[in-house]
Amino acid sequence: MNIHSALPSRDKIFRNLLFVSSVIILLVCASMILSLVTDSISAFGEFGFFRFIFSSEWSYQEGNEHYGALPFIVGTLLTTTLALLFCIPFSLPVALFVGEYYKGRRITSFLSTITDLLAGIPSVIFGLWGFYVLRPIVVNLGLSEQGSGILTASFVLAIMIVPYAASLSAEFIKMVPAELKEAAYSMGATRGEVVRHVIFPYCGSGIFSAFILAIGRALGETMTVTMLIGNTNQIPLSITDTGNTMASIICNQFGEANGLRLSSLYAIALILFALTAVINIIGKILIKRAQIK
Amino acid sequence: MENPIIQTNTNILSIKDLCVAYTADHLSVSHVNVEIPRNQITAIMGPSGCGKSTLLRAINRMHELYRGIQVSGQMLLDGHDLMSMDPIKVRRQVGMVFQRPNPFPTMSIADNVMAGYMLNGLHPDKQQRNQIVERSLRSVGLWDEVKDSLTKKGTFLSGGQQQRLCIARALALQPQIILMDEPTSALDPIATSTIENLLTELQRDVTIIIVTHNMGQARRISQKSLFMYLGELVECGPTETLFSNPSHPHTASYLSGHIG
Repeated sequence: MNIHSALPSRDKIFRNLLFVSSVIILLVCASMILSLVTDSISAFGEFGFFRFIFSSEWSYQEGNEHYGALPFIVGTLLTTTLALLFCIPFSLPVALFVGEYYKGRRITSFLSTITDLLAGIPSVIFGLWGFYVLRPIVVNLGLSEQGSGILTASFVLAIMIVPYAASLSAEFIKMVPAELKEAAYSMGATRGEVVRHVIFPYCGSGIFSAFILAIGRALGETMTVTMLIGNTNQIPLSITDTGNTMASIICNQFGEANGLRLSSLYAIALILFALTAVINIIGKILIKRAQIK
Repeated sequence: MENPIIQTNTNILSIKDLCVAYTADHLSVSHVNVEIPRNQITAIMGPSGCGKSTLLRAINRMHELYRGIQVSGQMLLDGHDLMSMDPIKVRRQVGMVFQRPNPFPTMSIADNVMAGYMLNGLHPDKQQRNQIVERSLRSVGLWDEVKDSLTKKGTFLSGGQQQRLCIARALALQPQIILMDEPTSALDPIATSTIENLLTELQRDVTIIIVTHNMGQARRISQKSLFMYLGELVECGPTETLFSNPSHPHTASYLSGHIG
């Protein structure tokens, strides 16, 4: 067989194969969004889009069905915000340690490996740890009676997103040109001053985008939160209250739901999908901008 | 400091038996002894890798920022032992200008000039601040060019203007010595000549040690020249003598273009 005539046609087959696979993925994605939209229509139709979002009632008594997403939206925003706050004092030091203070040293690759490992741990394990180790501590500290709740879930969530925030922040910190740091040192700056006045101003937007992406992870995290948040359907009034996030209410009720309740879960899924998509897109745009600089 | 004999000494810096090693088995700067004259320009020349930048960076103790670089020997700044001083204090008295212009991109032009004060936790009042900014920018001939855009970022300036801004930034702290590591190698000929003229004027107020690849530049602006080869100080003396009558064959062949 002549190799020159054989190659192009094989090439063509291979190229078509790649094309078909890519199209299938796009179709799967599209059908997912389509079903989120079509299956949530009856819930939005019954309660109205804004009333669904701002209603805090979640009652599935037959004949008196009322569904509103507010408790879960509040729960999601609360856990995510708290997780972000808890995660900053861990991920920023790790990022500085890896990206600046011990850059290129063996201890750094060890620490990076450990934090990456943290990112790979299945969330059910975090949930288990949180439930049997952290929850009793919360109870013993007298913070809440049963230990489950927004606070406990947020704390474990924070640990889960540290690797994402830290490793990306470290990349941005590493990108600060040595000549700028040397310029500062050559005028008698200390290391702390270089971090404050040169590194942070230079890569602040990059670090910010890293945290936005970490938020994207926290918003949709399901298993850990479901195991730790206490699963109640009213708006949490304090951070030690129990509650539910958008992800955890779906996880809790999808198996037993039908009709209007299932459609309401779909509606929540659609909101969650849109929220995470927006956050991720914003994060990606910010990262691109920060990298161009 | 109070000793008038030291004050009137014509040499501001005395380097004795200075060695720098990046690895344990090789000296990149080997047993250098040299006196740097006050208020003059001293040029350090030599082929790539001869250790001239390494020598320069030993003076403001930049090597201590990196692990595993060994520096030994003695350096006396007006009789004070540089090696036993706090490196932070050394660097306030011995400024540095780098090969590529490196103004802080996140700061305005005025803030760049004031960066040394800010980084040292000093906060002069507004009047002092304005004085320092104007004085420093005037001394590098940049004042008239940027006085209306002091609050803008310095990134729109040309390379030569940026480098003059960096010199102003170093001058603002009123150091005794400014070290310059090939400050014009990234600049075009016109910007280079502006900076050369500037340095000739600045030497009234500050001692300048300049590493340069450009023999013509060394000859034009410096009064004293050092020629380094393979980490050793081969020859040093008045620039004119070194160029017209080099005593070492390596110097002669470098100046005539045979090595380098």
